[in-house]
Order: sequence, then C-alpha cells, then structure tokens
Amino acid sequence: MTLLGVAIASAIGAPARYLVDRLVASRNRGAFPWGTLVINVTGAFVLGVLVGMGAHHGLSKQAVAILGTGLCGAYTTFSTFSVETVRLVEERAFGKAVLNVGVSLAAGLLAGAAGLGLAQ
Amino acid sequence: MAVIAAGGFLGGPTRYLLGQAFPTAQHTFPATTFVINVTGAFVLAVLLVCVIEVWPPTHYVRPFGAVGFLGAYTTFSTWMVDTDRFLAAGRYGLAALDVFGSLFSGLAATALGIFLARAALVRRSPGWSRA
Repeated sequence: MTLLGVAIASAIGAPARYLVDRLVASRNRGAFPWGTLVINVTGAFVLGVLVGMGAHHGLSKQAVAILGTGLCGAYTTFSTFSVETVRLVEERAFGKAVLNVGVSLAAGLLAGAAGLGLAQ
Repeated sequence: MAVIAAGGFLGGPTRYLLGQAFPTAQHTFPATTFVINVTGAFVLAVLLVCVIEVWPPTHYVRPFGAVGFLGAYTTFSTWMVDTDRFLAAGRYGLAALDVFGSLFSGLAATALGIFLARAALVRRSPGWSRA
C-alpha cells in the first residue's frame, strides 16, 4: 500500500515541479534556472518538516514515505539541477553556474534545517 | 501533464524500492541516494542529447522520461535533509562528503553523459570527419 501511495504522490510531485518551473520561468527570461532552484529549496523545507514530525511528533513511517519520499522526492530533482549547471558551463556562463550551485546548496541546506528545526 | 504524471508514477517508486532494497543506516554515507542521483544525472544527460540533438522531434519522450521519470527518480530534498541531519549530529566530515561527493559526481556524470552520447550518436559533418 505504501508503494502505491508513493507512486500516486510522485505522480503529483512531478507535474507540480513542471508547473512551478513554468510559473517561475514566465517571470524570469534570463538563462538562470530560478525555477529548479525555487522547487528544490521549497521541497527541502517541506521534507525537513516531514522528517522532523516523523522523528518527534509521531508522524507514521508510511506518511513520511508517501509525502516525503514520494511527494517531496519527486517534486525536487537532482538530475535537472546537474544538467542545468553543466549547460551554464557549456554556455561559458561560469559565474551563473557557480551561483546556481552555491545558492541551491546554501538555501537548500538552510531550508531543510529550518524545516527540521520547526518540527522539533 | 498526464505524461509527466505517468513518468513520476514510475520514477518515484523506483527510488523508494531501491531505498528499501539497499537501506543505509543512520549516520552512514547515504550510498543509495548517491547512486540514484548520479545515475539519474547521467541518464538524463544522454536522454537530452538524444531528444535535442539526435532524434527527430518527439512529443512524449521528454515529458515522460526527463521531466517525469528521471525528475522523480532523482531527488534534491533528501540530499539536503540527509546532510542537515549529519550536521546536526556533528558528523561534519560525512556532511561534507555527502554534499561535495554528490555534487561533483553528479556534474561529472552529466558531463560524461553529454560527451559519450555526442561521441556515439551525433553525426559529424562530413567536412571535418573525413579531412
């Protein structure tokens, strides 16, 4: 049952990523991949809350798997982050590539820690 | 949108099942997530070269395979929260290994995927390949 839940949650998370990416991209016409950055940072925050609730507030393992592993896992993406960074390098936009990595990691780690802390 | 959802419906559970099959203990290197992310980055690079540079225009391959399946198969949030938990536990070396190991392996896998796919699949212009 958990597997089906993860599948359904992933089938929601992936299109949600597409929609948020389109929404953010429509407001920024530059080459910088703001969409994926916003997605990954918000997803890290929500996963932090869920994992914290699982550890401290008795949120069931099944719920953490479905909402955390399924929804947040499918909503956020490592592969697109990596491809967009390499594409910036290919286009010789080295500053933007470094900025994408630095901001994604710094904001992602902070957002995850904030989520974990909030649910403590 | 339905095609992206279908890809996600398969990609997310693939990651979940790999996590169940190869669980990693708390406060150890999250090797399963690492392998998932690095392999996903490699396959996405190969797939995008095929879709953008090799194959005739397709409607469904990119939303299903790239956005749906591989986007859901790989994960950024688990990478961040795992690292946060290492930091909270004072495992700074492990946190650094997870962040920088995944980052550089993922970027290298992407670059390798693009390079290999182009070398194997992209037709060179006869002008310089026969020179």
